[in-house]
Amino acid sequence: MIKTKVVGLSIMASLMLGVAGAPMARAGSGDTLAAVKARGEVLCGVHPARHGFAAPDSLGKWSGFEVDFCHAIAAAVFGDASKVRFVALSSQQRFPAIQSGEVDVLARNVTATLSRDTALGLNFAPPVFYTGTGFLVRKDDGIAKIEDLDGAAICMAPGSTTERNVAQIFAARGLTYTPVVIENNKQLVDAYVTGRCDALTKDKAALPGVRAFDTEDPSAHIMLPGIYSKEPLAMAVRQGDDNWYDLVKWVTYATFNAEELGVSQDNVDEMKNSEDPDVQALLGVIGDNGAKLGVDNGWVYAIVKQVGNYKDIYMRHFGPYSPVALDRDQNALWTEGGLLYGFPMQ
Amino acid sequence: MTTISSQIATPAPTYDPHARISGTVWLKANLFGSIWQSLLTVIVAAGLIRFFWFVLDWGVINAVFYTTDPDVCRAATGACWAVIVEKHRPMLFGLYPYDEHWRLVLMMVIYLVTVVISLWPRFWNLRLLVPLWIFATLSIGALMFGGVLGLRYVATSEWGGLPLTMLLFTGTVLIGMPVAVLLALGRRAPLPVARGVSVVFIESLRGVPLITILFVAVNVFPLFLPAGMEVNKLLRITVGIAIFFACYQAEVIRGGLQAIPRGQYEAAQSLSLSYWQTTRTIILPQALRISLPAITNHIIAAMKNTSFVIIIGLFDILTATTAVMQDPLWRKFYVEAYLFVAAVYLFFGYALSLYARQVEKWIASGRI
Repeated sequence: MIKTKVVGLSIMASLMLGVAGAPMARAGSGDTLAAVKARGEVLCGVHPARHGFAAPDSLGKWSGFEVDFCHAIAAAVFGDASKVRFVALSSQQRFPAIQSGEVDVLARNVTATLSRDTALGLNFAPPVFYTGTGFLVRKDDGIAKIEDLDGAAICMAPGSTTERNVAQIFAARGLTYTPVVIENNKQLVDAYVTGRCDALTKDKAALPGVRAFDTEDPSAHIMLPGIYSKEPLAMAVRQGDDNWYDLVKWVTYATFNAEELGVSQDNVDEMKNSEDPDVQALLGVIGDNGAKLGVDNGWVYAIVKQVGNYKDIYMRHFGPYSPVALDRDQNALWTEGGLLYGFPMQ
Repeated sequence: MTTISSQIATPAPTYDPHARISGTVWLKANLFGSIWQSLLTVIVAAGLIRFFWFVLDWGVINAVFYTTDPDVCRAATGACWAVIVEKHRPMLFGLYPYDEHWRLVLMMVIYLVTVVISLWPRFWNLRLLVPLWIFATLSIGALMFGGVLGLRYVATSEWGGLPLTMLLFTGTVLIGMPVAVLLALGRRAPLPVARGVSVVFIESLRGVPLITILFVAVNVFPLFLPAGMEVNKLLRITVGIAIFFACYQAEVIRGGLQAIPRGQYEAAQSLSLSYWQTTRTIILPQALRISLPAITNHIIAAMKNTSFVIIIGLFDILTATTAVMQDPLWRKFYVEAYLFVAAVYLFFGYALSLYARQVEKWIASGRI
């Protein structure tokens, strides 16, 4: 009897192997754009679970700020924002994944730094989100500036740039602290909320959410004012494929420029009739920007129509009606005092 | 047997196990025998009452069972079971396209029916099982992948949730068990080469953490393949988990093999049975029976190892829950969501151990 079963099971196993072994086109070094077109979808590496940036929503669909930039690339390449496949990557996995060609582009909370640009063999598109290390503290403790945290216990996640930043911030000011390092995000936040540490340090963009949704009384907690570190989050591609890098770079600029020129998801169809030569060039009415990048000339139209300009994307995930509202601050256009400066698209 | 035991039992009236003992006597004997025992009883009872009261108070009386508004949950002092209702789809089915979830439900029904039938000795008959498994494999493959009969194609990278956990677990056991048996036999084989290969294989893989094997399967293995060729990641990780499973299981089975008396081998030899005949008909059936509890133990552990698929960015039921519970509106209620996942694991784990106990009974009664 047992023998019978084992034979049956082996047959089953071999059948399953046959079904599951379908090959998949992959972009190694070389012409990524051609590989993407041949495959019919962009492989985009994203954070597995960071609400606002990339996380599955209640329908199990990827949603978030960085997810939308992946959609924008797909819109530029295929004229169809849905032609993207998301690959969730842990922090340890993200760089091997882009290096090995498992993903075409990394839109995964990557801080652009010199060593990543060089030693890791990456190229960074213009940052899409400027942030920095922030500190959340209890109001009652009377902490108003970083110096007040001398000798404090500080909760932080391991292996992130935040951990190193905190060390530098404190060393630079001759302050001491006790790190409380916790991997799991929920446990990390709970450790602060239950009083195990005096301060919680995280990306500035993540702290308002913690304050609003994880504490019992949001008004009892404040974020320390000031900027303590630079964290420009940017999309990254493999070094050595300039055409693909150009495309990702100009997709980013296109979202900035569309906002600057007032071309948004709502009015993009009317704007196609605009007299402004910059708008006409942007939307591909005149010129051959698309052809130069190797995509359809209506690539920006497709991005703005299907995904939106930078403001549309930002407001969708961090706007006043989103659960975690964030002021634009540095993430505003240069014309409004921010750092977003799209190069001219001529 | 019966006559002897009744003869011994009847002439000894000093202790009658069936005599009625009054409640107070029982309490005194078992719970309040001495001052220390009484103290312990009171403390434990107080702890238990407190615990169950908490469970009742938090989990039932003050709990919110259904609402779509997270603020209702926030206002309540008890559990927020509504979070499970709100998020059950992505928790159970991960990133699989929402409109196609019915395919997964159907797949799970086919899967469970197939497994239940296959585990029942009454149906252990190749003429039934082979067509059944062919049907199940083809229909599950068609449902999961799509691309046929007008179903939309769904890549393995979008698979997720409970169906993924089930498939990985099944894959692990189906690939792992035969490998484990071969490794266990190899380790005790008369051929030095087979023995050496098995020992090196088992010891080297058993000596490294599962996560290392999976890292190799995911990141290192592709480097050895010719350019342009790729083996599906889900398959790679399944084989990785299965091989790890097989190395441990092989040692469990070896324990069973060693427990078989030498006389069994000699008897087989005296009947001039070949090595494979001996192994197949005499040694293995006994060895597997002996090691059954340990085998089951390991199979249940394997079910939980499947959550390592997060390494390749797939969302099994546990990872999907972690990801879904990042939603700031609902994430305060993550304990409830994890309790739900725990209940799902417990259901399958307990079903497996109940089945294993039944198999032991069948073995004891000589049915298999």
